[in-house]
Amino acid sequence: MTELAATPGAAPQTGQYADKYIRYFSVAAVFWVIIGMTMGVYIASELAFPALNLGLEWTSFGRLRPVHTSGVVFAFGGSALFATSFYVVQRTCRARVWGGEGVMGFLFWGYQAFILMAASGYVMGITQGKEYAEPEWYADLWLTVVWVTYIAAFVGTLAKRKEPHIYVANWFFLGFMITVALLHLGNNVNVPVSLLGAKSYSVVSGVQSAMVQWWYGHNAVGFFLTAGFLGIMYYFVPKQAERPVYSYRLSIVHFWSLIFMYIWAGPHHLHYTSLPDWTQTLGMTFSVMLWMPSWGGMFNGIMTLSGAWDKLRTDPIIRFLVTSIAFYGMSTFEGPLMAVKPVNALSHYTDWTVGHVHSGALGWVAFVSFGALYHMIPKLWKRERLYSLRLVSLHFWLATIGIILYICAMWVSGIMQGLMWRAYDAQGFLQYSFVETVAAMHPFYEIRALGGLFYLSGALIMAYNVYRTIKGDVRTEKPYVTGPVAVAA
Amino acid sequence: MAQDKDTIHHKIEKNVVLMFILVLITVSIGGMVQILPLFTIESTIEKVDGMRPYSPLELAGWNIYVREGCYLCHSQQIRPFRDEVERYGHYSLAAESMYDHPFQWGSKRTGPDLARVGGKYSNEWHTAHLVNPRAVVPESVMPTYQWMKSRPLKFDDVQDHMKTLNFISGKKPIYTPEMIANAKADLAMQINPEGDASGLLKRYPKAVVANFTGEQGVTEMDALIAYLQMLGTLVNFTDVKPEQLRQ
Repeated sequence: MTELAATPGAAPQTGQYADKYIRYFSVAAVFWVIIGMTMGVYIASELAFPALNLGLEWTSFGRLRPVHTSGVVFAFGGSALFATSFYVVQRTCRARVWGGEGVMGFLFWGYQAFILMAASGYVMGITQGKEYAEPEWYADLWLTVVWVTYIAAFVGTLAKRKEPHIYVANWFFLGFMITVALLHLGNNVNVPVSLLGAKSYSVVSGVQSAMVQWWYGHNAVGFFLTAGFLGIMYYFVPKQAERPVYSYRLSIVHFWSLIFMYIWAGPHHLHYTSLPDWTQTLGMTFSVMLWMPSWGGMFNGIMTLSGAWDKLRTDPIIRFLVTSIAFYGMSTFEGPLMAVKPVNALSHYTDWTVGHVHSGALGWVAFVSFGALYHMIPKLWKRERLYSLRLVSLHFWLATIGIILYICAMWVSGIMQGLMWRAYDAQGFLQYSFVETVAAMHPFYEIRALGGLFYLSGALIMAYNVYRTIKGDVRTEKPYVTGPVAVAA
Repeated sequence: MAQDKDTIHHKIEKNVVLMFILVLITVSIGGMVQILPLFTIESTIEKVDGMRPYSPLELAGWNIYVREGCYLCHSQQIRPFRDEVERYGHYSLAAESMYDHPFQWGSKRTGPDLARVGGKYSNEWHTAHLVNPRAVVPESVMPTYQWMKSRPLKFDDVQDHMKTLNFISGKKPIYTPEMIANAKADLAMQINPEGDASGLLKRYPKAVVANFTGEQGVTEMDALIAYLQMLGTLVNFTDVKPEQLRQ
């Protein structure tokens, strides 16, 4: 058996790795998940109860929505990716980060500064007006500096590795950071009106800017929220399950086909628009094809549990990781389905899209991150174990109930709204005015906000658990075993 | 086992430079194939008459639309379906957003599409609606924008905005020197229905001239409503022949 098929990473030696800022990034991830999801619950409540907009410009839905999306994607997701990618690359290369704590410190403070620059701008109405690419030119320039340093530190660490092979998790991390650099540069070609002002105009306009934006937007999902987190999956699932990755060959096929196909899928966000048909058809075709590498990866992740399925019962961290892969499989089936033009005709512009994004974001991205954080944090602080596994389990169930409430509400409201828009009465007139469809959404907006509240409470429990673990406490509790215990081999 | 031999992939996964380059190539192809032809295929933007750059006041309104994140709940892209055409009007053309840097098509309809909202409601309705949407549409979930009604519009730099747009449009400037020279006067003229707006209307045909909010001076809400009232009104579809719309 080669080193690739084996469980990754040698036993760490004290002081071998630059872990200080990985600890910082881990705490930042826990902090931002709470901020980002609190914003999510708040803006979800604004849709149910518009008085919550408070009549102030800074608290209106239009300004807070990017705070929520950037907060969860870039602040929480980004911090989790920085923490895990450096944790993994050092351990699978048996090498200290290139540049050491100096570079790591710059990356940590530099990235947090970017988040604050972006979010403070949104509240004041400073935005480029492109979803998930809202930060204005000055924040974009700063992020470019940080990101180039990130790639240099990561690639530098790979270059000085003591293992002959680059471990599969690092392929995905590398794919994620290279592509995000490309997307960031490609979608932010703007010219500021004044060097002293925040406002800039995008060089491309209209239909071309739409294509560039959704090339960016879809691959922010494909690379930031998928490839990067698959890197997490390929290290932390085998580690926590104490089993090798199911198939090395499947990893190769998964990696190259996934990164090749994802980049083509952007136009499915622009079906039936003024984007020329040939581009839409290409986008749809690749989106459907993308189902296969996605499920190959899901299979590879889930089958890593072969022979260790009992851990689902005894280890709530494994439960987070396995459930995340299940949600990955579900969202990557739903995505291609929604990319088929006639389905998209119904789903586009509705809450179905919002539900789809959240089953991926809450179920896959956040769950796999929670699993990784729970695995990593005791090791980073050299604690024997987490403060409480029972609290991990409670977090798991609250979060799962939250997701189910959220996505079911959005499926119902999205499909219902799509059908109401196109409903005709017996005389051949449109049956519903637009605002009747808005009124019909109300109960589902309430359920969605409630689902978000469940999910957020789980995250608060995680924060408490992490805090006590870092403090060095161990909760006196019954050992975490439910149901019959498998006889130890 | 295959892993024991030095397979092609072993070469890649033992060489970080090679892997970096191969990843870069792999992820570049799709974007290039989909994006670059949109700049070279001439039929991408339909050849229809009527499209013109935003008037200075409309441009200021467009910027407020972007600033407030209106695109997060309102689309500006009517799809070619029977129900959408009946509800909103002719399906959207690529030409109709050619002056949007960037496009404002949106991705969600928490509120209705606005691609052709121009002229559908009165200025008084828009003012009342922006001040308190539930005063005119009880079921609405839109935020209130009462603070915008009397806030003076900052337009000292409107010419810089127009020059920036000219700079990025390269060889085919969006605004003529005459448009830039008259920018501030045109902006003020658009809220003055008593004045002589002939110069403004010659430069920006179909611009709606009105004291939109009834407030003294040019306010942010004046600009926003001026923008909303021209949306989707520029192309005269009775003159458009089907072959002009082929992409």
